[in-house]
Amino acid sequence: MNTSLRLAIAALLCVTAVGCAKKTKPGGGDTSGGSNVQTPDTGRPDNGGEYTRESLNTDSCLRQRVIYFDLDKTEIKGEFQAQIACHAKFIRQFPDYNVTLEGNADERGSREYNLGLGERRGNAVQSALSSAGAPSNQLNVVSYGEERPTCKDHSESCWAKNRRVELVYTTK
Amino acid sequence: MRANPIIRFATLLLCLCGAAAHAQGTSPPAGGQGLSSDVPTIVINTGTASAVNITVVPFAFEAAGAPAETDVSDIVRMDLARSGLFNALDKKDVVEFPSRGSDIKFPTWNLLKQQFITVGRVLDADGGAMRVEFELFNVAKQEKLLALAITGQRSDLRGVGHQIADLVYEKIIGERGAFWTRIAYVTAAGVSPNINYALMVADSDGYNPQVLVRSREPLLSPSWSPDGKKLAYVSFERGDSAIYIQEIATGARQVISNRKGINGAPAFSPDGSRLALTLSYLGNPDIFIMDLASRETKRITNHFSIDTEAQWMPDGQSLVFTSDRSGKPQLYQVSTAGGDATRLTFQGEYNAKPSISHDGKKFAMAQGTGNVYRIAVLDRSKGAGTMNVLSPGSVDESPSFAPNGSMLLYAATDGPRGVLYAVSANGRVRQRLVLADGDVREPAWGPFRQR
Repeated sequence: MNTSLRLAIAALLCVTAVGCAKKTKPGGGDTSGGSNVQTPDTGRPDNGGEYTRESLNTDSCLRQRVIYFDLDKTEIKGEFQAQIACHAKFIRQFPDYNVTLEGNADERGSREYNLGLGERRGNAVQSALSSAGAPSNQLNVVSYGEERPTCKDHSESCWAKNRRVELVYTTK
Repeated sequence: MRANPIIRFATLLLCLCGAAAHAQGTSPPAGGQGLSSDVPTIVINTGTASAVNITVVPFAFEAAGAPAETDVSDIVRMDLARSGLFNALDKKDVVEFPSRGSDIKFPTWNLLKQQFITVGRVLDADGGAMRVEFELFNVAKQEKLLALAITGQRSDLRGVGHQIADLVYEKIIGERGAFWTRIAYVTAAGVSPNINYALMVADSDGYNPQVLVRSREPLLSPSWSPDGKKLAYVSFERGDSAIYIQEIATGARQVISNRKGINGAPAFSPDGSRLALTLSYLGNPDIFIMDLASRETKRITNHFSIDTEAQWMPDGQSLVFTSDRSGKPQLYQVSTAGGDATRLTFQGEYNAKPSISHDGKKFAMAQGTGNVYRIAVLDRSKGAGTMNVLSPGSVDESPSFAPNGSMLLYAATDGPRGVLYAVSANGRVRQRLVLADGDVREPAWGPFRQR
């Protein structure tokens, strides 16, 4: 999604929303995170495309924190490129955030090998985020292998949900 | 061949299970969860390997007071049966009850086609202990092979039974028995994100479980020290993986490795002085060896693939490990001095998590073909080796040889739940272990115990 389109959507939402609040000032310096700041659902303020801290909870792209992988694969699929881009932008904008990339695998095969697979996926996301501009000193990979499944059925639909990297934000 | 051995064994197990559950009342079971109520299944795959016919006559209780809850002869009978090398006559088919060699009417047991018979009796010993005397005979020759006594506390009659089974096994098979050994495994109870993990130690048949470690974060890969006194394992309690070594008797433990990235797959060297482990702090998982006295590590593999799950060959000169350097995981062997690795497995799409038999000739692994994962054993005792599949799948993993190579433990699933099975190395008998409720995984068979 290009920037002008994003701005147009943000503007449109702002116009249509009743009582749309005044946004944070442009300049990117205001990252106080005060509760007085309100944003529309997109979380994208009319300040030139910068995020606010709240965008993490309101922006539809930043709210996507899971990247799924194909069997035995570590490539990031095209459908997740937008997600990588928006998170990279947010991370670069807020240097006081750290992101742990939790790599996971499905249950098949051995646990220790799956630790390796989870790490490989975490590394793939780290490298994609770095390429998209996220400073690597804010990124950390932890592999849980098959130890933290989100579902426990023995089926491809379940396995697909477990082959994932979760982005977990923490502040320094 | 008799009809329905499965049902007969299941019935026997039901009796055993009830008795054992009763006995468990005195000692705290796993994680306070108690014993599983489900019936462990024994599956006998007849028609493959041959087995020795043996009768274990119920031992006479000749001590004062009420009979002990544990029937020692039941332990012996079950141990011998699950080794896959014996047809143990079902208890209800035992027609006479001699308790001394002089009472045995050999023609009776000859008619029943029994090759061996064990009789025994339980007596009082000093200090409230019990003395179990037993004798083993060759039926055809009417020859006494063993006449021994083992003394133990009333609370440890299962241990006495396992020791008797070991002696009978050794006399007939010619190799040391491994029933009087312990196993380690990991349990997980509860629903994410409130899962309680525990590292457990139990008897080789799953009885007498004890909690060694509790954690809210994953535990995995227990590995026994060769003297059976310590376990190395991986814990995520610090947020990322770290390797610990813990003394079983005292609970004292140390962090052995907590570098950035993966700290995994610990394995003690045969002499206990070194630990093979997987570290990824240099970029991707490779095999290292740590000298436990100096804590110095030496890198053994150096490859961009995932190298992990190292196991020591019995001579301590090389390691067998899992690597996906050819695309999918396969087993490789590398000298502990480093150098190039040699591929060991060529059958099967996916071969991982080796366990090596005591003689260094058999390599058990989790073998994946499509979506089905089974336990397979590569036997290299003859020629290039043969691959045998020992489990039905479909999510079987983590094989671990008994210290005499006669049986293996492995992890399987029952619906969403993890369970453990013991299978005889000849594939003839497979038995689900009676363990605590909840998810059970990561079995590791401990070494021989000092008699």
